Amino acid sequence: MDILIQLLDSTLRLSTPLLFACLAGLFSERAGIFDIGLEGKMLMAAFMSAAVAAVTGSVWLGLLGGMAASVVLSLIHGVASITFRGNQLISGVAINFLAAGLTVVVSKDWFKLGGDTPALGDARFPELALPFSEALADVPLIGRFYSDVLSGHAIIVYLGLATVALSWWVLFRTRFGLRLRAVGENPESVDTSGVSVIRMRFTAVVICGVLCGIAGAYLATGMSAGFRQNMTAGRGFIALAALIFAKWRPGMALLACLLFGFLQAVSIRFQTIEVGNFQIPSQFVEALPYILTVVILAGFVGKAIPPRAGGEPYVKER
Amino acid sequence: MTLMTKILGAGAAVAMSAIGALAEPGLIIDLGGKFDKSFNESAYNGAQRWAAETGGTFVETELQSEAQREQNMRKMAERGANPIVVMGFANASTIDKVAPDYPDTKFAIIDVNWLDHPNLRQIAFKEHEGSYLVGMMAAMASKSGTVSFVGGMDIGLINRFACGYAQGAKAVNADINVIVNMTGTTPAAWNDPVKGGEITRGQISQGSDVVYAAAGGTGVGVLQAAADADILSIGVDSNQNYLHSGKVLTSMLKRVDNATYNVFSAGVEGFEAGVVDMDLASDGVGYALDEHNAELVSDEMKAAVDAARADIIAGKITVHNFTDDDSCPSF
Repeated sequence: MDILIQLLDSTLRLSTPLLFACLAGLFSERAGIFDIGLEGKMLMAAFMSAAVAAVTGSVWLGLLGGMAASVVLSLIHGVASITFRGNQLISGVAINFLAAGLTVVVSKDWFKLGGDTPALGDARFPELALPFSEALADVPLIGRFYSDVLSGHAIIVYLGLATVALSWWVLFRTRFGLRLRAVGENPESVDTSGVSVIRMRFTAVVICGVLCGIAGAYLATGMSAGFRQNMTAGRGFIALAALIFAKWRPGMALLACLLFGFLQAVSIRFQTIEVGNFQIPSQFVEALPYILTVVILAGFVGKAIPPRAGGEPYVKER
Repeated sequence: MTLMTKILGAGAAVAMSAIGALAEPGLIIDLGGKFDKSFNESAYNGAQRWAAETGGTFVETELQSEAQREQNMRKMAERGANPIVVMGFANASTIDKVAPDYPDTKFAIIDVNWLDHPNLRQIAFKEHEGSYLVGMMAAMASKSGTVSFVGGMDIGLINRFACGYAQGAKAVNADINVIVNMTGTTPAAWNDPVKGGEITRGQISQGSDVVYAAAGGTGVGVLQAAADADILSIGVDSNQNYLHSGKVLTSMLKRVDNATYNVFSAGVEGFEAGVVDMDLASDGVGYALDEHNAELVSDEMKAAVDAARADIIAGKITVHNFTDDDSCPSF
């Protein structure tokens, strides 16, 4: 029981960066812009948030800095793939490379610490205790769950959960969301009704940048205390896998990210898992998100159908 | 054609004379980076100390990816750097290939002792002996009866740290529970502070109140998580006590700086090939004591550890070396 509580606690923390990156990808891809640059944007945001927080001493300014840096990369992706109708995958790969190199070079120049940012003392997101968490701790089951799993995380974690609901509402209950989804399915029809496809897609890409920025900032200023080179360590790609796993739906994205976060927590906690006489190495557990995604893509468990106009630049009829 | 030959010949002559003129020592820094606050930084500090004391200059390069190992090593040799210090076991197969091609260049490699070349000095540290001492300190400082270890990449070398640590802890308290976790199985495990921090939180929830990190850059996250949870941590390679003053019990020193300094000072003339052991007796390994942890290390603790140190040097205590038989009796 104790172990399960600890695993779930760890799951919630590890899922949060995945969740933000996954929702970021959701907005972008629902609007027809494939984005494999999530990793790069997170990395850039992680660096910028840690750098700004280290210099100003304010974690909130750091968050803003991280979001701004990520949005800049998003706009580069937008200009390349929307305005100039370039290949979205290539542009995304370029962003990953750009971020991996640029963060280290700039950081070496600014801080002279070989690519790291200085350790952040108090300029980090503190862990919040939810109201009544102590009073409820003795209530069996639910009390433990509330006080040990839900309570005691950085504010970003709760923001992440709220963002899932907000994303669902925006995408499926507002006119803006309808248009955004239509741009990803059938941009001609949106164009015919007099809404600018270009503008809708740019809006989606900027939202993607903002959410990626929060993901990166949480990595550098919430989960750890500073930036280290390449610290995203593939989390952007796991988020992308989660997006496919979730079939481009916000609620499912939450479940997918929690599942993948749980797998990470398990692999961290147990180096080897013994089932009878058979040992499952932790590497297998770590690789499970990718394996599951391939299974889904292969059509074994339902079908994952991407937005129909995804990956294709929109060309007005001439 | 003849003109071409002349030009090439002249070019070669210039290149040769350049090599003759430049006999600076060289340092090849491994993937963790020059400022990893640990292994590589220690070597860099040793080189800096040599430069400050002798007024000499040295050449350095920093590896950026696995693929650059051979290219970098050859480039360094061709630039005329001599002797060249190479960091880390991951370069063993590369240096095995490169060293015979440059018989006049002297190489030294840290953490390797199984090669054989007339121009290669191999420097191996007895990390298990140093880890034994900090393991004792961990067990004495622990109130919960559980201590833990976070390794970087899951390899024999890191298990050597873990095994010595466990043996030391159990020498103080036979019933102590030692939790051992590795960060990963790829070189990325040296640079993932987020995962390091999460592993540490997991260990704390299992009751650990002293955590020893031997994980390169990942260790920064381990020490941070320990300081956040207000438990003690133990640093590695360089003296990391200052990172969280008053919360780092000690650091297991691996005097890579001394090894680098010695090779640089000996120069080409004083170079000796073969295997060198850096152990407790030669101050190659040890534990750090400074103003940042003075309050944490009691006199009793210090006396016990110093006695054990003397016993290990005298041969009365044998610390098991994991890489001898790939197993650890203390786990």
